[in-house]
Amino acid sequence: MFPKPIEKSSRTWQLGYQALLPTVMLLWLAPLLAVALFSIRPDSDFLVGNYWGWPSSFEMTKNYGMVFGSAMPRYIMNSFLITIPTVIGAVALSCMTGFALGVYKFRGNLLIFFMFIAGNFVPFQILMVPVRDLTLDIGLYNTKTGLVLFHIAFQTGFCTLFMRNFIKALPHELIEAARVEGIAEWRIFWFVVLPLMKPAIAALSVLIFTFIWNDYFWAIVLTQGENAQPVTAGITSFNAQFRAMYHLMSAGSIVAALPPVLMFFLMQKHFIAGLTLGSVK
Amino acid sequence: MNTTLVKQNWYKRNEIAITPWLFLVPGLIMFAIYVVFPIFQSFRISLFKWDGLGSLATHGEYIGMANYEKLLTRDRSFNISLWNNLKWLVFYLASIPAGLFIALFLNQTVRGIRLYKSLFFFPFVISQIVVGLVFTWFYDPQYGLFNGIIGFVGFKPLNVLGDPTLSTYGVIAAGLWPQTAYCMILYLTGLNSLDLEQTEAARLDGAKGIRMLWHVILPQLRPATFIAFVVTVIGSLRSFDLISIMTNGGPFGSSRVLSFYMFEKSLSEYGFKMGYGAAIAVILFLIMMVFIGYFLWRMYQDEKATNG
Repeated sequence: MFPKPIEKSSRTWQLGYQALLPTVMLLWLAPLLAVALFSIRPDSDFLVGNYWGWPSSFEMTKNYGMVFGSAMPRYIMNSFLITIPTVIGAVALSCMTGFALGVYKFRGNLLIFFMFIAGNFVPFQILMVPVRDLTLDIGLYNTKTGLVLFHIAFQTGFCTLFMRNFIKALPHELIEAARVEGIAEWRIFWFVVLPLMKPAIAALSVLIFTFIWNDYFWAIVLTQGENAQPVTAGITSFNAQFRAMYHLMSAGSIVAALPPVLMFFLMQKHFIAGLTLGSVK
Repeated sequence: MNTTLVKQNWYKRNEIAITPWLFLVPGLIMFAIYVVFPIFQSFRISLFKWDGLGSLATHGEYIGMANYEKLLTRDRSFNISLWNNLKWLVFYLASIPAGLFIALFLNQTVRGIRLYKSLFFFPFVISQIVVGLVFTWFYDPQYGLFNGIIGFVGFKPLNVLGDPTLSTYGVIAAGLWPQTAYCMILYLTGLNSLDLEQTEAARLDGAKGIRMLWHVILPQLRPATFIAFVVTVIGSLRSFDLISIMTNGGPFGSSRVLSFYMFEKSLSEYGFKMGYGAAIAVILFLIMMVFIGYFLWRMYQDEKATNG
């Protein structure tokens, strides 16, 4: 283990470390804690300049009540309606592409694989004008469906990279054995490979959920207004509505950030497994 | 012999050759429509003067390389944006050593350490929009925490985001926060899978501290460093959300980067110059291709090594 385990060092150093941990953590999260503090203050605190002192009263219910009384729930609903279908679509497509690229040897295999990877890294701006035109042409501009279709297609790049590497690492003998038994290839996919992919599917789902929830660029390129925009874009209109009302803007930001945070804490193991794929050998 | 049987036999005989393509088709079609073709279309649009109304063929005016010529010779905003991209690229890389440092700090087994690791990772999970808002308030000249701190130490208040010489650095610092968290988690995983024997052997040989880190630990962390490098470089060239939220490119366009400038030219109140915007996107794409090419080349080497 590196660095040396703290248990093997002197008693003072151990205590020092125990004290240092929460201090450094508070400093690291200070900007966020400040916002959390703002979000429970009454607006009168801002008028009298009490930004960092003890709140004169705790207005958590009132401030967050205001947030839920605004258009925010609409935006959050939109975010869910965009994120969940995207996760399902991208994971389903990439289970298939990953299977094809991870199991079979054929000409062009590596070329297609590299195309998916390269596509996943390109700057969004090179796609922006044509994708916006396409979405307008097929009548899906300013709809959740338009956004979902694009997200599925784009995320397929990253998901394919992930799934293919995962499948490639599975024991190939299982597939060979099934073939010897004369089982059809699609049944091998469904009954042999897919059950083994559960951890990869879980990890990828959590990861894509966070990516899509946090998307802002495509939200403002392909949608506008309450009926389709997700919360990342909605929060800017929310803030325009409550300009300079810091207690409400803070509460709004916290509400907007919450779902992926919950997702992360509930599915931490999968999340980190997904994120760190390939960083160890 | 009836025809269905022949067909079935043909499929059966070629099953292993056909199946991968059947599985690839849906993904490939989606990817081709939304990712591959648009790249080529952008190249084409960049040769036109076009306001995005009507179709390119009927309403666009073909002007050859004129957009590029203007960009590279007569557009000061383009120069500023390109220069800022370079700043992003260089300073954003600081998240790699910073992430390593925090990972080393947290790689212990004391009580509650798991919770600490999660809390340190927190900034990466929340959207860049919220990070941007949080940091905008953090820098606020009147009641921001930042000025509270530097005032406490005795400095005059700074309007970081309102000062053309500081704005880009202010935004990059905000970007470093989630990115450092990302690099930290990559390194924590790497540290978890260190070769124990090698580390202990080095320790018996008297290696410790920085020398141990440099000669024994870092070589083992190379895969983590590579991934951290990839995601940080890509992230720096993609920066858009933070700039859009924190400064909107300002003041006086001083914090624009290419991705933001492109968006501004093609889709904002400054007019719909789709051709010009596409030309900016193409240049950004070509810069990115240098890195993507390098990453793919590295991966190709790995593939060759593992497949014998």
